[in-house]
Amino acid sequence: MDHPDEPTAEIALTLNGEPIRARVPLRQNLVDWLRHGQGLTGSHVGCEHGVCGACHVQVDGRVVRGCLMLAVQADGARVETIEGATETGRIRALQDAFFNRAALQCGFCTPGMLLQAAELLATNPAPTRTEIREALSGNYCRCTGYHAIVDAVEAAAAVLRA
Amino acid sequence: MNETLPDDGWIGRSLPRAATRRLVEGRGRYLDDHAAKGELHAAFLRSPFPHAAFRISDREAARTLPGVRAVLTAEDLVPACRSWRTQSLAFAGLVSPVQGPLARERAVYQGEPVALVLAASRAIAEDALELIGIDWDELPAATDPVAALEPDAPAVHQGLPSNLAWRTEFGGGDVEAAFARAALVVEDRLVFTRHTGVPLESRGALASYDPAAEALEVRLSHQIPHQMQVHLAELLDLPMGRVRVIAGDVGGGFGIKMHVYPDEVAICAASRLLRRPVRWVSDRIEALMADIHAREHVMRARMAVDAEGRILAFDVDDIQGLGAYSVYPRSSTVEAISALRTVGAPYRFDAYRARLRSVLQNKVPTGQYRSVGHPIGCATTERLVDLAAAARGEDPLEFRRRNLLREAELPWTNPAGGRMAELSHTATLAEFERLLDLPSLRAEIAAMRAQGRLVGLGFAAVVEYTASGPGAYGPAGIPVSAVDTVVVQLEPGGDVIARASVAEIGQGIQQGIVQVVADAVGVSPSRITIHTGDTGNAPHGGGAWASRGAGIGGEAAWGAGRKLRAEILGAAASLLQTTPEALDLRDGQVVDATGTPRLALADLAATVFFRGHELPGGLQPQFTATHQFRREEDVFLTTNGLQASLVEVDPDTGLVTPLRHWVVGDCGRRLNPLLVDEQVRGGVVQGIGEALLEACRYDPGNGQLLTGTLADYLLPMADNAPDITVGHVETPYSGSALGAKGAGEAGTCGAPAAVLCAVNDALAARGAAVTEMPITPAVVLRALGTLP
Repeated sequence: MDHPDEPTAEIALTLNGEPIRARVPLRQNLVDWLRHGQGLTGSHVGCEHGVCGACHVQVDGRVVRGCLMLAVQADGARVETIEGATETGRIRALQDAFFNRAALQCGFCTPGMLLQAAELLATNPAPTRTEIREALSGNYCRCTGYHAIVDAVEAAAAVLRA
Repeated sequence: MNETLPDDGWIGRSLPRAATRRLVEGRGRYLDDHAAKGELHAAFLRSPFPHAAFRISDREAARTLPGVRAVLTAEDLVPACRSWRTQSLAFAGLVSPVQGPLARERAVYQGEPVALVLAASRAIAEDALELIGIDWDELPAATDPVAALEPDAPAVHQGLPSNLAWRTEFGGGDVEAAFARAALVVEDRLVFTRHTGVPLESRGALASYDPAAEALEVRLSHQIPHQMQVHLAELLDLPMGRVRVIAGDVGGGFGIKMHVYPDEVAICAASRLLRRPVRWVSDRIEALMADIHAREHVMRARMAVDAEGRILAFDVDDIQGLGAYSVYPRSSTVEAISALRTVGAPYRFDAYRARLRSVLQNKVPTGQYRSVGHPIGCATTERLVDLAAAARGEDPLEFRRRNLLREAELPWTNPAGGRMAELSHTATLAEFERLLDLPSLRAEIAAMRAQGRLVGLGFAAVVEYTASGPGAYGPAGIPVSAVDTVVVQLEPGGDVIARASVAEIGQGIQQGIVQVVADAVGVSPSRITIHTGDTGNAPHGGGAWASRGAGIGGEAAWGAGRKLRAEILGAAASLLQTTPEALDLRDGQVVDATGTPRLALADLAATVFFRGHELPGGLQPQFTATHQFRREEDVFLTTNGLQASLVEVDPDTGLVTPLRHWVVGDCGRRLNPLLVDEQVRGGVVQGIGEALLEACRYDPGNGQLLTGTLADYLLPMADNAPDITVGHVETPYSGSALGAKGAGEAGTCGAPAAVLCAVNDALAARGAAVTEMPITPAVVLRALGTLP
């Protein structure tokens, strides 16, 4: 969207732990800017209207829909994507569990699913299957049918409690 | 002809998929994660009407918007691209008019691409769409398939005498006599609503035409890159060798991504015309409007049963909503034929009659979608079976037990023309009863009912036609490859690289192929790298459709691996001055009969590649091996299974909640049981979506699509999908080395039927029944008489 006639604004934020300043088109949503402005393609775009959860990123410690927030609204925020969460190792147990349990197939929903699951486990270290299903009910997965994902979150929770 | 496989081999092991390590770290590279230097972004102007004549009166305002490079219409693309028409020798006389990448003068479905803007960004391209001056003259639209057959229905395409695209009648045995002597005849009318695949990654194209080389390179999110190479070469009039199609990580397919779409062709043509790379990725409303839909059928079906409760005959009449065109290149009619060939498939019967009318509509074309047609045939059959069991006052599972084909009766070609072979209904039923623990499950259900809960248990017997051979599309004259090719090569360090014509779309076939090559050659999977999805890198073959990867691609991998192994052992024997028969290759080591290591594969490879002067004269080892597999027998590999669904119906809201689901399937040898189980589970939930939630709805008055967002098009989510128990019986296919059959679609085949039967089991307590899918709250409340 780098066209001279495109209205833009400057933002400053912490992205995956690094301070960053950028000029962003006013109308560009956060996930598009992360993907195309910053090259962080691990966050995906599935519906652009806040239903599917493929665009989940963490903003100031909360998982949000990256398609329902403008990039300019991230000014001053701490933003973490799947790339940042991977680097810090904070979702390692979940990533291992998803890998081992085949809790992903095409993998397009997986980054958003992992961030949402991590938020659940941060507040509820021993969720029931029903609680896991409710926590992930805003993340669409066409491939797995969810059963293996629920298993994987249970397994990761057990590892983290041990 | 099954090979004896090593007991401690890799085939049959539940290994996690190596490729998913990248995906869990967000390192997948899907279509929209790629860009090309100098690319233009595209946006389509699509018809807002189901049927309209149009004239583009002004494109100057759009063209002169800063950042816009071009505004293209159908006429502009003519020099760059041919038009096409869907034809099939299998469906002689099929009516499907000529199509181009953009509509010309008339749009015949909502969402049909009409014009194309190329700009510096997608946002600017979309801004420009609004500036295109276009005069629409809305025309009467035919959307309901039954109404579209009426003599006074609006014509879907101008000048056609009727909206009937194709009709046929087929069967076998004496249907009239069977119904005449029946002790019981059950019948029903079932209505199936359109739905679609909704892969989370939508379709798109990044096309780069090189005018100097006269060559096209295009990235697609597609299940069959080689098929697209064939058709893009044809449509752009290029030699196949100058068309390279690349599908990287693919975010789900489900049949949606196995067709030739006008928009993807338009992007390739635009790149050729503009001499620059062009990128377009479908947004969600485009996907819901313009991806193929599927399964719009009205089935009238009846079944004749004798006094002993044995099925005598089926008589079915299917009206299929086809859409505005028969999908290119395979034809939308395939879905209906598949549905009609699936009716009665698990059972023994004497006579069959099927009538089909495929109807043109002013709606997006329908096409092959996961478990093509099977769920329609299965649900129709299982509904009739339940009606018969109820009329006889017997347990629905007992009725099925009596009528399921026994192993000793096979092979058998049934009156519908379906060849049933190597099925295990009896063994599968035994495993199914063990898995369900029916006595305690029935007690549990009785206890819930005693509390006033409206719960139901439903069964579905499944037969699926998988892994289509050359006899499926070959005689139809459609260039669809039913072969697979695998090339394996030994690298100097002892690693093996495999290039395969199968396509990875998340189902895990790369992992399956790696495990086969590991056993075939004698190296660990960790030393094998596999490449698929790039026609510039992988040999020609079938890609991902019809659950074919294991049964066809697996055979090619085994053949190539065995050839490479023979070359390796031959070279090793020469160096070690022994015979190949005295040696074996295990985990990358050449060993002798006692298992003692004699030569590391890495050393052998290095010797051959770097120290050839040390080799004996005349030794010319071929460390690249190829195998192409074409099945000569059995057009399809039939598989079988049983499913059960336990549901609860809320009589006040009409909401159906699936509580649990069980599957026992027989897909032959499983290359990787973990991945097979998850294919089954994912397929089941897709079928539950079909049964309870998913519908592409159109306003009956003006034909407008009402389900253009995921808030309107409902999908199964984690909180409305049940846990699924999966069991297996293994009857390896005898006609191949590995014995694998198809596994990826069986879950979707049987789940809608099982859920339908479960809901009706629950509603039976209120004397009600549903015969329409999806079984929405409104459908349930109408059945209960709460709603008119």
